[in-house]
Amino acid sequence: MLKTQKTKMAKTFAAVAIISTSLFAGGISAQAAGGSTEKPAVQEWGFKGPFGTYDRPAMQRGYQVYKESCSSCHALEHLSFRHLGDKGGPFYDANFPNPNDNPVIKAFAKDWEVSDIDQDSGDPIDRPGIPADGFPDIFPNAIAAAASNGGAVPPDLSLIVPARTGGADYVYALLTGYDEVPHDFHLSEGMNYNTYFEGNQLAMARPLFDDAVEYADGTKATTEQMARDVVEFLSWAGDPKMEVRKKVGFATFLFLFIFALLLFMTYKEVWRNVDH
Amino acid sequence: MSGPSTYEPKYAAERWLDKRLPIVRMSVDFMGFPSPRNLNYWYAFGGILTLCLMAQIITGIILAMHYTPHVDLAFDSVQRIRRDVPFGWLLQPMHAVGASMFFLAVYIHMFRGMFYGSYKNPRELLWIIGCLIYLAMMATGFLGYTLPWGQMSFWGATVITGFFGAIPVVGESLQQWLLGGYSVGNPTLQRFFSLHYLLPFVIAALVGLHIWAVHHVGQNNPIGIEPKSKSDTLPFHPFYTMKDAFAIAVFLMIFALFVFYLPDALGHADNYQRADPMKTPPHIVPEWYFLPFYAILRAVPDKLLGIILMFAAIAVLFILPWLDTSKVRSMRFRPVTKWFFIIFLVMGFILGWCGARSPDDIAIPIGDGGMTFKWLSRIATLYYFAYFFPILPVMGWIEKTKPLPESITKAVLSGDA
Repeated sequence: MLKTQKTKMAKTFAAVAIISTSLFAGGISAQAAGGSTEKPAVQEWGFKGPFGTYDRPAMQRGYQVYKESCSSCHALEHLSFRHLGDKGGPFYDANFPNPNDNPVIKAFAKDWEVSDIDQDSGDPIDRPGIPADGFPDIFPNAIAAAASNGGAVPPDLSLIVPARTGGADYVYALLTGYDEVPHDFHLSEGMNYNTYFEGNQLAMARPLFDDAVEYADGTKATTEQMARDVVEFLSWAGDPKMEVRKKVGFATFLFLFIFALLLFMTYKEVWRNVDH
Repeated sequence: MSGPSTYEPKYAAERWLDKRLPIVRMSVDFMGFPSPRNLNYWYAFGGILTLCLMAQIITGIILAMHYTPHVDLAFDSVQRIRRDVPFGWLLQPMHAVGASMFFLAVYIHMFRGMFYGSYKNPRELLWIIGCLIYLAMMATGFLGYTLPWGQMSFWGATVITGFFGAIPVVGESLQQWLLGGYSVGNPTLQRFFSLHYLLPFVIAALVGLHIWAVHHVGQNNPIGIEPKSKSDTLPFHPFYTMKDAFAIAVFLMIFALFVFYLPDALGHADNYQRADPMKTPPHIVPEWYFLPFYAILRAVPDKLLGIILMFAAIAVLFILPWLDTSKVRSMRFRPVTKWFFIIFLVMGFILGWCGARSPDDIAIPIGDGGMTFKWLSRIATLYYFAYFFPILPVMGWIEKTKPLPESITKAVLSGDA
């Protein structure tokens, strides 16, 4: 008796979980509704390939896009302000090997309000950020995030590129993939049609529009340009040690080739007088 | 091949030490171990695997200094290792990729043993210890994959521990006992971390037994006949230390290729998402090295039967020495069974392919429909078991094997080894 009740409960629970998941993800079967999920096109990225590096001006523009267009909903959970000024980061300055001293980073940090405890009274306070602070959470918790966004929790962006199949290509395709709803497609209320999103129904409204930001370096802020720049920035945010990893990898290969060659010659020398 | 010691201490200090603690004598005898002179590069994987185990233990111990086994902190601590811990960006992928490399090497090592009949008399126990190592590796790999607490970590752990729940009568209690609760949670993560730290040392102990056993019975070799005279063997050092060292350097290049240039190629994007018990990923897939067994599990409609088959697929390896009835060890002299073995290998790959795909997708299109992965995995599963029984025992009785060379030396000199 108890057991059947338990199984029943578990089943109900599972059903609720599955239904809510599919609603959150907007995963209502695309085939039944007439849409189709397209595969993202493969883009040229400077950070691909064995010697690939991130494009620093693009990352800097991308940070601006993140700050002005994404940061009202999406956090960068695994980044601190100081990371922006790390070697290999978008705002690295050789004059400030310690990013905490970098004035650009200090200025960025100051733009954000960070929760803290007042050191005299012990009261919770908000104060301007310093480079050592992490990027603050946008919402106090997941429930609040879902409540403010039509039931969908905006995902953390510091890992969005590695956390999606297709990586940078997919994120770029998604950001530029908003389209007219096909006439035979039933779009649920509060949802948005996206060619590349699984099931085509996405809770996030189109985030990027032409000239939504004004770039300091004079680059024209088309939707595609902004998408490329923010993806460049987010690719770095997802894998900030890629450049040093590839550099060390090259040195490792150089070493292993020479080492293997020497070992091979030693092996041949040792076996010289043995028939085998 | 334990024999009388050939070590002669040369200096007074060595003699002094040898009288009190013959550790140098032991090492010299150990390294001088007579090895068949015809071992090929497939025999280098024992050394490669030793290196893999050491690399996993060393990187793992350092990672454990920075990792936090708690549901709220584990995911963040792994990211912190990759971003802020000095050389964490190197250690973490080395450990994660290292697990894959370990399995790659162990599969080659096992298939090599199967091809050259290295499990046969008198090496049955050597093979069984090897199977135990493989089993302990699978447990360690599974436990370790849970630790980053990503989506696949969590749901993989949920699916695998769910197997125990399918056992009749005691299943549910057993599952709760293993998890430390009704579902995968903090107690699960903490015990998985503890066991993940423990098992590598169990593996190290088993490896010790494995090496002891191989030193006692001697290595098998590609033609599968025992060394008969001194000219059939060479001392392990320097002949095979140098050959293995070269092979290890080549293996490290493959390792480095993945660590530095393709660190995520063997993983799953979903594991970069924090574990969410309320959100099931659309496809739960295990790591690549478990895929063939996952395909066997899903090949049958009944959950319990699937689990039994999956465990049977591993258990059957333990009795392989007695299923293969042939007196001839090496497949080189078994013209028909050799092909059954090659098909077995191909079926292993097919099972891996099936494990990675949805069972109802079309694997081989024929006309409008075609064969689904479910049916393909059924065929491959059937062959997997058929290879062990009846193919191996029956072939052992009926196959006409090719004539064996007189000795390893003769085979080497005539170019047949």
